[in-house]
Amino acid sequence: MTEIAGKAVELGGIVKRFGAVTAVHRMDLSIEEGSFVTLLGPSGCGKTTTLRMIAGLLDPSEGDITIKGKSVTRTPIHKRNLGIVFQNYALFPHKTIYDNVAFGLKYRKQSQSEIDAKVRQALDLVQLPDLSHRYPRELSGGQQQRIALARAIVIEPDVLLLDEPLSALDANLREDMRVELKRIQAQVGITTIFVTHDQSEALAMSDRIVVMSKGHIEQIGAPEDVYVNPASAFVARFLGNSNLVAGDIVSRSASDVNVTIGGLGGLKVPLGRSRDMADGERAMVVVRAERLYLDQSEAETPADAVSLPAEITAVDYQGQAARYFVSVCGHQMQAINPIETHPYRQGDKVRAVIRGRDCALVPFEASA
Amino acid sequence: MSDQAYTARPWILLSPALGAVTFLLAVPVLFIIIYSFWLRSAAGAEIPGFFLDNWKEVFSDAFYRDILFSTLRIAVITTVFCALLGYVPAYFVAMSQTQFKALLLLLLILPFWISYIIRTMSWINILGASGALNRTLIYFGLIAEPVQFLYNEGAVILGLVHFLLPFMVLNVFVSIDGIDRNLLDASRSLGASGFQSFREVTLPLSLPGLAAGGLLCFVLSAGTYITPLILGGPRDAMFANLVFEAIITQLNWPLGSALSIVLLVVLGAIVTVYNRLAGLGQIAKSFG
Repeated sequence: MTEIAGKAVELGGIVKRFGAVTAVHRMDLSIEEGSFVTLLGPSGCGKTTTLRMIAGLLDPSEGDITIKGKSVTRTPIHKRNLGIVFQNYALFPHKTIYDNVAFGLKYRKQSQSEIDAKVRQALDLVQLPDLSHRYPRELSGGQQQRIALARAIVIEPDVLLLDEPLSALDANLREDMRVELKRIQAQVGITTIFVTHDQSEALAMSDRIVVMSKGHIEQIGAPEDVYVNPASAFVARFLGNSNLVAGDIVSRSASDVNVTIGGLGGLKVPLGRSRDMADGERAMVVVRAERLYLDQSEAETPADAVSLPAEITAVDYQGQAARYFVSVCGHQMQAINPIETHPYRQGDKVRAVIRGRDCALVPFEASA
Repeated sequence: MSDQAYTARPWILLSPALGAVTFLLAVPVLFIIIYSFWLRSAAGAEIPGFFLDNWKEVFSDAFYRDILFSTLRIAVITTVFCALLGYVPAYFVAMSQTQFKALLLLLLILPFWISYIIRTMSWINILGASGALNRTLIYFGLIAEPVQFLYNEGAVILGLVHFLLPFMVLNVFVSIDGIDRNLLDASRSLGASGFQSFREVTLPLSLPGLAAGGLLCFVLSAGTYITPLILGGPRDAMFANLVFEAIITQLNWPLGSALSIVLLVVLGAIVTVYNRLAGLGQIAKSFG
């Protein structure tokens, strides 16, 4: 979504406590009209709690929720005009597909002909126009998923909330539905909040990703931004395969930060990926597994890179690529490299090449 | 394993159940059917044979028919009261977020630990001429003389509802407890209020439990003889009392057998029709 309209949803200092446990700590978030925003994090990070508070299924302990400029913190769920798709679809088992989709329209005082037209339109949108007289149990998981989506968007909600809607599907179907869901969202142009613990879903579908951990927001940004330029060691580890090694910031130029990694040498990391850290500070250097190049040739090392002796300790063969576990000067690292002819074997001696411009710096974390 | 052994296996596995059903149910019923064609002589001896006298009496005497109808009426009224009174506690226990759900259910089953007869007789201490209710009313000067609350149809129905309510509550509880809470959240999010969600989602999805509980209450109250014996008057006899009377008091086993077969067939027919109408199977199917 390129057009920037108002804010569809705003969370102001949202806190949710369950007894002595705080599930969400003072969270601020604003979501633009028409955008697809993903709340991403491991289980227990507070993403579902946040979604349920926006939905009105939970009351925040503190803070204010605004939808389209109106505070809804005290508005009961049935007056919020939201579309929710549940993890298990939650289709009404005793109602036909038609009645399931028409359910929300019945409570919006619409004429029968309007309801008919909108239900047909919604079923066309999810490409299941011929199932209206069936019962949910007669549908496959993927079909139920689409009907749940049709039921949620047919009421033209202000916001569409998706609570891990793909996790009950099998792997192939999940990828198809991912594309499908994004297509429908773009076509309808509805503001969408998507909750998932699956990083690839988040990266593929979102306009913006909100990475959460332990009830806090770790980072908010576009998928590429979050992936390439993580704000913390947590984000770097949660998205993709990353190697994190401690280093010291030595100096900086107009464009780069010079950092030395114990035993590995010096790297020039682009200034834009250094999180405003001061000289002399300790930092974690993030090296993506797919940017740790393994090489057995005697090719010359590029100027901005370090080349280190390494040994393959384990191989995870994946077909077009392989994930190697390598010991680089005593550091255990992972490298995902495409396979030219044959994969390397356990025990092979290789050179690990790390380029400074592929790295990012995040604040130091002792446990890494 | 040979083919023969393979085909025999289901029968071997079924044999304990089949044995129990055959010897505890089919054979006794068969005995009763045979008995109903015997005759009791004036001297009190039983004459084996094939006589239709008992059946002629049962079908020609309007007395039996009237009692059958009043039995069914009492059973229906009892069932309706159980449904109305039982749904509410079942709903609240099932919907409560408390961790004491199991304890609440245990409290519900607790009365089963006391004999049904004792529980029924306890109403005498409450509603009897010198029972708690009459004494209280007299104490407050609301009545001068004790009122006769007992020994009428109302007291019989009260006793039956008291006895059967837990059966209804448990059945309804199970079906409400099994409803996915997301369905209610979905219904609310689509714009239905709490009450509308109950009407659209909870109530229809709890109907199988309500139907099963209703069936149980109906059959158990239609077959009772203790409650009318203890709480009913002489004119409140139910059909099972006739069987009791014939067999225990008059020692007329053949007539008692014929009467009990009538009750069995009538209740069986009602259950069959009810099953079709309530569409228990159909509702169950919607849960895949």
